[in-house]
Amino acid sequence: MSPLRNVRNWLDQRLEWDDLIAPLRKKTVPLHRLSYWYFLGGITLFLFVIQVLTGILLLLYYRPGANEAFESVQYIMTQVQFGWLIRSIHSWSANLMIFTAFAHMFSVLFLKAYRKPRELTWVSGVILLFLVMGFGFSGYLLPWNTLAFFATKVGTEITGQVPIIGKPMMIFLRGGEEVTGATLSRFFGFHVAVLPGLATLLILLHVLLVQRLGISIPPKLEAQWTANPSAKREMKFFPNFMLREMMAWYVALGVLGALAALFPWNLGVKADPFVSAPAGIKPEWYFLFMFQTLKLIPPKVWFIDGEVLGVLVFGLVGLLWLLLPFFESDHPSRTKRWITGLAVFALAYVAGMSVYGYLAK
Amino acid sequence: MISSGDRVFPPLPRRRFVEVLLGGGFLATVVAFVYPVLRYLVPPRASDLGSDSVVAGHVGELKPNSGKIFRFGNRPGLLIRTASGEYRAMSATCTHLSCTVQYRDDLRQVWCACHNGKYDLNGRNIAGPPPRPLEGFEVQVRGDEIFVRRRREA
Repeated sequence: MSPLRNVRNWLDQRLEWDDLIAPLRKKTVPLHRLSYWYFLGGITLFLFVIQVLTGILLLLYYRPGANEAFESVQYIMTQVQFGWLIRSIHSWSANLMIFTAFAHMFSVLFLKAYRKPRELTWVSGVILLFLVMGFGFSGYLLPWNTLAFFATKVGTEITGQVPIIGKPMMIFLRGGEEVTGATLSRFFGFHVAVLPGLATLLILLHVLLVQRLGISIPPKLEAQWTANPSAKREMKFFPNFMLREMMAWYVALGVLGALAALFPWNLGVKADPFVSAPAGIKPEWYFLFMFQTLKLIPPKVWFIDGEVLGVLVFGLVGLLWLLLPFFESDHPSRTKRWITGLAVFALAYVAGMSVYGYLAK
Repeated sequence: MISSGDRVFPPLPRRRFVEVLLGGGFLATVVAFVYPVLRYLVPPRASDLGSDSVVAGHVGELKPNSGKIFRFGNRPGLLIRTASGEYRAMSATCTHLSCTVQYRDDLRQVWCACHNGKYDLNGRNIAGPPPRPLEGFEVQVRGDEIFVRRRREA
């Protein structure tokens, strides 16, 4: 017996490893022309792991606080060996992760994978998307540069527009009336402790649900396969699909490394609360569609302030989005077409408004 | 066996070839990502603040038979005025486990509070665990200021 096999057997006798991975061996992935979309969730997870690892590395040198944050990031970028690379990977990976999370969500929507019994998978996924945006928002402030300072000012001000609970929420987020070093401390805490904890728990739940319920088949195909079981085609998850997924991760890693090395992330200018906002200031691309919408709403709609209306509508849409599976029919052959229509509209709206926001002066 | 002309090559099974290619590629990737991380973990050399010479204090600041800690680059130094009024300066980092030592006017010795190490006024270790003497510095009084600098290597 080889030594490797001995170790394996020793562990197996103690952990009953084979039982643990038995469900993985039984799991299959349906094969059809849209199977490629099944990679997106895994890629998002992979990028999350990259975020955790590079985030821990950045923590070795980063110092929160209005007097130190910018300087410490500058130190990472200029003094620490490969510091620029680690920070650029963290920033690029964050952006790619948000992109793949959105893409994953829309693929789930169009393939109607959120249907019964996968409502909770959808709900946990949408909450994860909100958390990821929270990561983006809180992490953006940490280098304490001018753009981040104003983005945070505007972002938290928008929270303050919510009737009744808005103001206390804004003060909670800012750690006071204004965006100061206190805000930076809080955002640091959210970014490195609160959000990672919540996200890890939700990812576990999300993945466990996928594991438990198996991978969804698009309804049309499901109907065909139930009518004619011999037409059914699938692939073993372990190791066949897993190896393909790892190839996708490898490609993602290559793209990430290339982007970070060729386009290192800027640091900008240190934030100064007593300097005017620079012209053409915009939020990160994933907030652009909301930013642009708020810009387009007139200041007064009927008797409600435009901003308040915008925030309320986005809040309501977010809530309905979370509950979307509960409007869907249980039956695979009677899925609601309006939901697909809504998904197309949502995608077009988000994409269109983002481009408009990017191009608008 | 594949033969080419009259030379005979040992067979390289296709599977083995693919394995080496994949394994090698994977290994190269791991190295390419792990190497920067290892380099990143090494903290950059801290810039030594100031030159080899610092102002440790002012004349009249220290009574005879007393001492004070001053900043010497990134490390603490100890300036002593002996009972006879002479100035002495040495590193304040105990050679045992790097605590910061102090001048004890009752003992007229340099004492480390952490493990009861003792040095004489020349910095020689005389009692307790310290293995080596404290590094001594040169003292120069220029006008009102007391300059301390590292001893030149002989």
